[in-house]
Order: sequence, then structure tokens, then C-alpha cells
Amino acid sequence: MAYSFILRVLFLYLCWVGLAGAANEKEIKIAYFSQDLAPPQSLSNLDPFIKDKGFPGAQLGVADNNTTGRFTGQVYAIDEIAVPVQGDTYQLFKDKVLNKYAFVISNLPAAELEKISELAKPDQMLIFDANTSDDALRAKCLPQVLFILPSRAMRADALAQYMMKKRWSKWFLVVGPAKEDELYAAAIKRSAKRFGIKITAEKKWEHTFDARKTEQSDIPTFTQAGDYDVLIVADEQGAFGEYLDYRTWIPRPVIGTQGLIATAWHKTHEQWGAIQMQNRFKDKIGRWMEEADYGAYIAVRAIGEAATRTGSVNLADIKAYMLSKDFALQGYKGKPLSFRVWDGQMRQPVLLAAPRSLVAVAPIEGFLHPKTELDTLGFDQPESLCK
Amino acid sequence: MNVWMISAGLLAALSWAAHAETVYVTLEKDNAIAVVDPIAGTLLKTAPVGQRPRGIAISHDYKYLFVATSDDNTIKVIDSETLLEIGRLPSGEDPETFALTPDGKRLFASNEDDNTVTVIDIATKQALQQIPVGVEPEGIAASPDGQWVVSATEATNMLHWIDAKTLTISDNTLVDPRPRALSFTSDSQFLWVTSEMAGTVTVLDAKTRQIIKKIKLSVQGVTDDTIQPVGVAIDKDQRWAYVAMGPANRVAVINAKTFEVEKYLLVGQRVWNLAFSPDQKRLYTTNGLSNDVSIIDLDNHKVTKSIGVGRYPWGVVSKP
Repeated sequence: MAYSFILRVLFLYLCWVGLAGAANEKEIKIAYFSQDLAPPQSLSNLDPFIKDKGFPGAQLGVADNNTTGRFTGQVYAIDEIAVPVQGDTYQLFKDKVLNKYAFVISNLPAAELEKISELAKPDQMLIFDANTSDDALRAKCLPQVLFILPSRAMRADALAQYMMKKRWSKWFLVVGPAKEDELYAAAIKRSAKRFGIKITAEKKWEHTFDARKTEQSDIPTFTQAGDYDVLIVADEQGAFGEYLDYRTWIPRPVIGTQGLIATAWHKTHEQWGAIQMQNRFKDKIGRWMEEADYGAYIAVRAIGEAATRTGSVNLADIKAYMLSKDFALQGYKGKPLSFRVWDGQMRQPVLLAAPRSLVAVAPIEGFLHPKTELDTLGFDQPESLCK
Repeated sequence: MNVWMISAGLLAALSWAAHAETVYVTLEKDNAIAVVDPIAGTLLKTAPVGQRPRGIAISHDYKYLFVATSDDNTIKVIDSETLLEIGRLPSGEDPETFALTPDGKRLFASNEDDNTVTVIDIATKQALQQIPVGVEPEGIAASPDGQWVVSATEATNMLHWIDAKTLTISDNTLVDPRPRALSFTSDSQFLWVTSEMAGTVTVLDAKTRQIIKKIKLSVQGVTDDTIQPVGVAIDKDQRWAYVAMGPANRVAVINAKTFEVEKYLLVGQRVWNLAFSPDQKRLYTTNGLSNDVSIIDLDNHKVTKSIGVGRYPWGVVSKP
């Protein structure tokens, strides 16, 4: 299935190249730069490890752009450059990407992305981060990077808005041992302060190899933390969060990185034409669209939209249009997507999803903003130190 | 007893046939069509029609309804009196919207997942051709003079002008993001298009295929993001154009000569599609989230009634 799709993309691409001649002035070449991941520890066999998260989304975006390109004479191509698990990202970027591509989609962890972004000059390259949610990276005000997926702050605000609507305003925060979990917890604390939510207790989850402790016995004792409305968990790796639901000392729902999650995309989402996207992706790739796939798809589509509107394949024109007020990208979430000029973050609705049901879409009705309700999520212009 | 029952049934059938006007509404989540008497303001009945019915049209002699049952991957032909299925048209996969040509002989259906428009001959029930268009074709309209069929693609953001005779694309016009619905004026000179993500309505000259006016809709107290125009209808005399504004829960009344918005009428939630009564004295709206149909009196531009019809009312047509 996936193979035939790649062949089709390749075929379409060859057709365009054939039509337009070999030296193409209206071609946009995109690099998809990623680092291979080692499979993480898994709590269940239900969600198999997906090695190629992201790239199929980019391919679908290229196919869509080329369909439109038939009417505008523009041609899109994408090359995948993958760094092996232990590979040197910096060196490979220097050798294979730098000075060869103006548009780069990054599927790298925050630290790696920061390193390569130092090499990219803003007038020569635009990097689309289709992987991280890192707030610190966004606060660096990098003019050469645009951030597609919601930041941790946006995710935490989305959860907080819905919790305020439910009046579940006493939270018990459980933080995992990873560095990322600390960052997620920091975003949760920021949102709690912002929306007047009380964190009544906070505990750190430790992995122990004590044979006397099992999930059944450990979690009830661990979750004795007085009374609270919801347990909010920070476990980005998925190392223990799934164990919490139904095992807590008192009967309370679990939200955060497990339970009710805040995400850019989810398989339960079907409104606003999303069902078409879900079906198209599943037919062509043979699995559900993941958040990283959505991020890469939207990045490629953003390039396509700006190239169609400006009639240009030139980086300066495309970037100027993307950051202008006129840019409005259809992203299957009911509101036009655009970029925050101050920090390069994509403005977007955030989905609040339970495993088998879409619970709400933030911004939640009633949270007002003078310009756009989408800016009630994450760092708004007055809070950002970027210009 | 039996005779009495039959005659009662006959009476009921007669009285239902004798209504001055009938409105048909597709119910996306109920897999049914609702039949409404708009004069009395009552829901007469609900009839099963197939999975996920959306687009609906009525034949020019009012005898047949065409209903796109998206999850059955077909357009069904339904007898407008008995509400029974009398045939199926090969629409291609997941049909949503389609346009009936003015001579009543062909249907042009959008295939959203395949980026094509399927041309169907109604009499022979044959698909004649598939025309490749942009990404996610949805809105489609045939000009009353029979010259054009225009397909709007939601992700490519273009109008593709298909020559109705040669079935080839003659021209493409780029419009604002996510064009949804389109409608020709009765003289075929102008094409009105809504753009959901931009909150705009664009008017094009059919001769030049160029944009002559862009109308930005805005309502005090409603943020621009919420203004998402969908259905559009222009009266025969080209005095007024009406635009359904989706989650802004309003219908915009636009002067079709000056392009000024005269007023916004509050209707039901997520107003989706529009249809005139045959005499054009009323306008019917489907309100997707409040599960009802609103009736607008067009003499004084007032909403007179809303009628609960079923879950996710989508398309609407009327019959005298």
C-alpha cells in the first residue's frame, strides 16, 4: 500500500518533470530531515512502534501540492535525509542539506534542531519544525524556524480551558522522571496560574525495580494525595501514564499526556473535512495519521499555499506571504491556520481527545481574545519576549 | 374494519399529497430525509434513504429527488411522492455535492477523495467521464445557460471552469481559502462563491472568469475566525444574495447590485445550506448543530419559524 503510494508520487513527479522540462524554474525542492528513533519501551502491543512517523504526511502534502501545481505550473519534490540512530546530525545536515535546499522540514528533537538551525541563514533557508513542542526553543525567537505543532504551553492551556469549563480546578500533578516530563509539568504549572487552577499536590513518579511493587499495589498508594478533581500526568514517553486510570486511590479522571490528551491531530477527529484527510491518509499509507504526519503535511501545504498565492517559488516571497495577515491555511480544524509573527508558532485549534472520543476542541467557547481566540493558547504577543 | 382502515390510509395519503409546498431535507446522521410542510411549519415524516445523505437536488419536473448517500458511494434517485428508491447513479466514491445541468440530462458530481468530477448521464445511468480537478473538490454549479459547470476545490482553492459541452477545463481562477459553495445568477453572467476560511464571498464575471468583487463578512461581537460562509443563493431578479455563515449562526442578506451587506439574520447553529421556495417568497436554511430548519420570509427579511427535523440537517430542496 505505502509502496504503491510512493510509486504513484514518484510517477506524478516524473510526469511533472517531463512536462516542465529538466531544468525547472518553477520547482520547489524540500528536504525532509529526520533522525531515526530507537523503539521505546512499550506498555502494550496495541500501539505498534511506527518508524516512519512524519514522512508519509510530507509525501501526501507534496502530492496535494502537485495536484494544485498542475494548474499553476509549479512542481514540488521532496527528498528524505535520515540520520541513523547514533548518527551525527550536525555533520549530515552540513553535508547533505545546507546550501542545497531552501525549505527544510525537521523531524528532530529540540536540542538537535537548535544545533542545525545555527547553520541556517534566515535569508537562505526556512526550517519547519514538525516534531517538537518545546517552549524554550520557541522563546529563542529564531527567524529561520517556524513551529508547526502546538507548544507544550498551548497544550496545557487547552486542557486548562476545558477543565475550567468543567470546573475541575483542583489538580494533582504527577511528573515522570524524564527531562521532557519536567518541561511538560512546567507548562502545566504556567497554565494553572494563568487560569486560576490550584495544584493541590505534586508527586514525582520513580521507576523502581522493587519486586514487591506492582501497578495494582503501587498506584493506589502513590495516588493518596488528599482530595483533588483530576490527576494530571506528565509522561511524554508513555512509560507509566497509561497505568494510572482506574487504579487511583480515589475515583478521578486522568488528563495530560495520557487519558484526555491535548494534541494537534487524533484519529477520533472527523469534523471540518478531517474525515476526508483521515481516509485519504489511511488509503494511501495503510495506517492512521499520527501527529507528526499531520505536522509534516501542514508544513508542506503551507509552502504550497504561499507559493500558489504569490505565484513564486522564491524563499523570500513565500516566507513574506506566510508571515503576512493574508495567510490562511485550511488545516481541517475549523479555523484557518496562520503563524504568530513574534515567535513563528503556528496558530491553531488544539484537540482534546480521549482514546476513542474527541471530547472538545480548544479554544473553548467563552475564552475571549481581542484579536483571535486562537491566541488564548500558548504565549501571546505581550507575554513573548520575541519581536 | 379493513375497508375503513384503507380509506383512512388513502385520506392520509391524499392530504399529504395536497400540501401547497413540500420541503425535503437530508439528515446526515439519521440516514434519512425529512419531509416538511413549510406553510404549516410541521415535520410531516422522515424516510430512510441510505448512509450519510448529504447533497440533494430535485428534477425540473419535481418528480425525482437525487440524493448523494456518501457512505453508500452512490447518488440515489428517489420518487418525490412515495420516497422510494427507483434507481442509483454511478457517482464515484463518497459523493457529497453535485450539480444538475439545466436540460436535466446530466449530473456532475464532486469526488472529494479522488480529486475528480464525475459526469453522469441520468437516462442511461452511466458515468461518461471523470475530469481531474484540484484537491478536494466540493462545491459545484451549472450555469443556467448550459455553458459552464464550475467545480470549487477546497484545498487547491480554485474554481475550475469546465466547458459543459467538451467536458474539458477552459480556465482556473484562484479564490480565497477553502471555497465551499457557488451559485450562478439566473442570467448566467455572474458566479458567487463563498470562502469558508477567509470569511469572504467572491463575485466573478462569467465572461472573463475574473473576480469583480470580494465581500468580507463581519458581525459585531463575533470574531472573524467564526465567520465561515457556506451556502449561497441569489434570487431570480438578482436583487438579493443570501449567504449561510456556518458557526456564526447567521444568514447574510447582501444587495446583489451594490454588494453591500444589508443585514444579518440570526438562524440556527452552524447554518449550512440554503434553498428558495418555488415562488421565492421564502428561504429555507439547514442548521447542522441545532438540528432544525429555519424559514426566512423574504418580503421583509425576517426569520419566521424554525422546525426541528432530525440530526445534522445538511441539504434542502423545495417542491410546489
